[in-house]
Amino acid sequence: MSFRIGIDVGGTNTDAVLMRGLSVIEKIKTPTTEDVTSGITTALRHVLGASGTGVSEIAGVMVGTTHFTNAVVERKRLQPTAAVRLGLPATAALPPMVDWPDDLAGTLGRHTFLCHGGYEFDGREISKFDAAEIAGVADQIAGLDISAVAVSCVFSPVNQHMEKEAAAIILDRVPGSSVTVSSEIGRIGLLERENAAILNACLRQLASDTVTAFKRAIRELGISAPLYLTQNDGTLMSAEFAEQYPVLTFASGPTNSMRGAAFLSGLKDAMVVDIGGTTSDVGALTHGFPREASVAVDIGGVRTNFRMPDVYSFGLGGGSLVKRDPLTIGPQSVGYRLTSEALVFGGETLTTSDIAVAAGIANFGDASRVSNLDSGFVASSLEHVQRMCETAVDRMKTSAEAVPVIVVGGGSVLVSRTLSGASEMVKPDHFEAANAVGAAIAQISGEVDRVYSLESRSRESALDEAKAEASAKAAEAGADPGTVQIVDVEDVPLTYLPGNATRIRVKAVGDLTLSA
Amino acid sequence: MRTITHEQLDDIAMGAAVLGTGGGGDPHIGKLLAQQALKKHGPVTMIDVTELDDEAMAAASAMMGAPTVMVEKIPRGEEVIEAFQRLQEFMGRKLDATFSAEAGGLNSTIPFVVAATLGLPLVDVDMMGRAFPELQMGTPTMYGISATPMAIADEKGNSSILNTINNTWTETFARTVTIDMGCSAMIACYPMTGKQLKETAVAGTITLNETIGRTIRESHQQHLDPIESVRGAVDGFIIWHGKVADIARRTETGFARGTATIAGVGEYAGRELLVDFQNEFLIARDSDGQVLVSTPDLITMLDAETGEPITTEALRYGFRVAVLALKCDPRWRSQAGLDLVGPAYFGYEAEYVPVENRFGNGAPNQEGSND
Repeated sequence: MSFRIGIDVGGTNTDAVLMRGLSVIEKIKTPTTEDVTSGITTALRHVLGASGTGVSEIAGVMVGTTHFTNAVVERKRLQPTAAVRLGLPATAALPPMVDWPDDLAGTLGRHTFLCHGGYEFDGREISKFDAAEIAGVADQIAGLDISAVAVSCVFSPVNQHMEKEAAAIILDRVPGSSVTVSSEIGRIGLLERENAAILNACLRQLASDTVTAFKRAIRELGISAPLYLTQNDGTLMSAEFAEQYPVLTFASGPTNSMRGAAFLSGLKDAMVVDIGGTTSDVGALTHGFPREASVAVDIGGVRTNFRMPDVYSFGLGGGSLVKRDPLTIGPQSVGYRLTSEALVFGGETLTTSDIAVAAGIANFGDASRVSNLDSGFVASSLEHVQRMCETAVDRMKTSAEAVPVIVVGGGSVLVSRTLSGASEMVKPDHFEAANAVGAAIAQISGEVDRVYSLESRSRESALDEAKAEASAKAAEAGADPGTVQIVDVEDVPLTYLPGNATRIRVKAVGDLTLSA
Repeated sequence: MRTITHEQLDDIAMGAAVLGTGGGGDPHIGKLLAQQALKKHGPVTMIDVTELDDEAMAAASAMMGAPTVMVEKIPRGEEVIEAFQRLQEFMGRKLDATFSAEAGGLNSTIPFVVAATLGLPLVDVDMMGRAFPELQMGTPTMYGISATPMAIADEKGNSSILNTINNTWTETFARTVTIDMGCSAMIACYPMTGKQLKETAVAGTITLNETIGRTIRESHQQHLDPIESVRGAVDGFIIWHGKVADIARRTETGFARGTATIAGVGEYAGRELLVDFQNEFLIARDSDGQVLVSTPDLITMLDAETGEPITTEALRYGFRVAVLALKCDPRWRSQAGLDLVGPAYFGYEAEYVPVENRFGNGAPNQEGSND
């Protein structure tokens, strides 16, 4: 049976697990390093060394990373980018990047170009595609010495043809360019989809460098297995795909934790509380996948319509500061300095971890350093932690009935008894490495999101076509066709239209085909 | 008379989406369009309807079509100006002011584009005091005011003038043209004198939008309960707190209809509220079928956490919402008003009962369960 390695590179810690089939063989938590890759190398060495597993037995390495999100948030390592939109005469009122924060738009250069083309909702052309016009724009882009380009087009989710044609012309005329087309990234909603495409374009060079470094790290250890990155919907993409679509990694951390929680607990429908060092995330699992947020998701001040887990974050973690009179817990935290600043580790700061040790529900560090804490205070602090979790779970619940709650993450020692509103509380084995487990077990998906005209066909036939296409996309991306199933179907009739147009979204997922 | 700058449009668009009762479009695009126009042409002068000369001539400026299309096929920008100018040409006279057709995320902000670009005053009124799905559903219709002559324009430069025998025909023709134009068109309609506008329109709607939007924003800043703050600002009634347990959508007679089931939480736990919509929320019933609120009174859904309004198209399974009901303009409660927009027009047998009779102080039954 083959082994796989899951790695979650968080802002503070890098977690890794080695799994054989469905069992966790080895795990490690190590600080995330500035260059990201040396932390990964450390983690890989540990899990391989401790288990004595031969590198030839590794069938796949799955990495979840916040690297690209952080680059956008910090406005660092981003390339100057040109945004080309097809849609004239429509859309001129709001050019690309119109609602971006000035600092981020400035970093990219605000190089925007409006061209003819685009489609109506029913597939008619708004105006003719003009190859000469695109060629002219391409030459201007080349003249600006820009190689990162995003192409968007009105209703490209309905028809990708014009976007692809424009991309081909730009690739041909701009030396060394990389082009992101919006229809491969986002949903209906031109500005949000275009924003996602521009963010993706400006990250392409960083993605290429990072993925190359990841690959080198695993090759240097002699692992020849393929490298995958995890997406925010709990599914995998190949390293080559990730180089082209780095934005799809945004928010994959919480998704991995929730998927890992589902796997480790065996529960498919439950609430997940992931308690880290500084913050906790709460989300709902439906059929083993995180429920998605439907509101516009803001990344570094840019509105996007990505597939994102609907997660509520609050300031509770193993490093949260505990203060008296009045009793407050978090949001300040000692973070990764827990092992030097917490009382039980010889420091001077009272943290939630100290409370847990004093209460006897956790056993690490030097318990004698917290033995003088007033037991009433310790009890009310724990009560406060319980209430914070209960309030968060209640916010995210979608039914009044009690539901199972899975508690994972390094900080989950803080919760010692069943939360109110929970039918049962599960703290599975390997709970502290749920995020890395989630990466290791991620699946492959395919998605269709398009407006269908139902003038001359039934809704069922449109749905069937969408399901077949989503399944084919999943298989094409590497899913074992025998395991592919449809996990999400949504159709929204377009308002103010006679009964002929509906927007259908279908998602199919399957297990990754691993040959080893 | 006062000046509206682009910063105030955030509040206006947000508040308009509350009065939009789930319809009226996503406020984001409308706000961006108006903000771009104001940045380019400067602030807009907004006048109270009493400040408009009786002899002045004004027309409504609006977007017609599917908000879902509008978020994809964004306007060129000039089409709403073109519609307004085509109407002026047809009428053979200059129009002196413009105004909003309805309260809604898009149509409360679109007239600002016309006012800013043409340097015209914007009159602080609308024709519904809320949003409704069809063109004839304006208070002026009750006074026999014609929606035509009306101009409709697209981004390609096409335009058309409509003249119809009544406002229902205006809706029929304009809907067909809109679909041909790609389901997103800009219109100028309901030309009226100052005197007519004073008599027939709903006064102060833009200011009310702004007040509601500001209330939501300030309640965030001051960590107040946004739901209670909004309720207070509109003198409304909180009829439910819950989570969206199901959302069944279907296409009927050319509109997105559907029913949202809201499972109660807190004091509403263990019960369900069913809210039907046709673009806008129309009727709210409990699980026994008892009507709690119905059109023309306003039913609006607010995000339980932020107090921000949720459009019917954005409403999804699992959303946590507060349901707020508001009294409609009193004229909608007349027989003529109920004929246009009452429950029967939308196919409901329920008799209209004003919301305050069920939920107001001293109402015989605050839950509406005994009638």
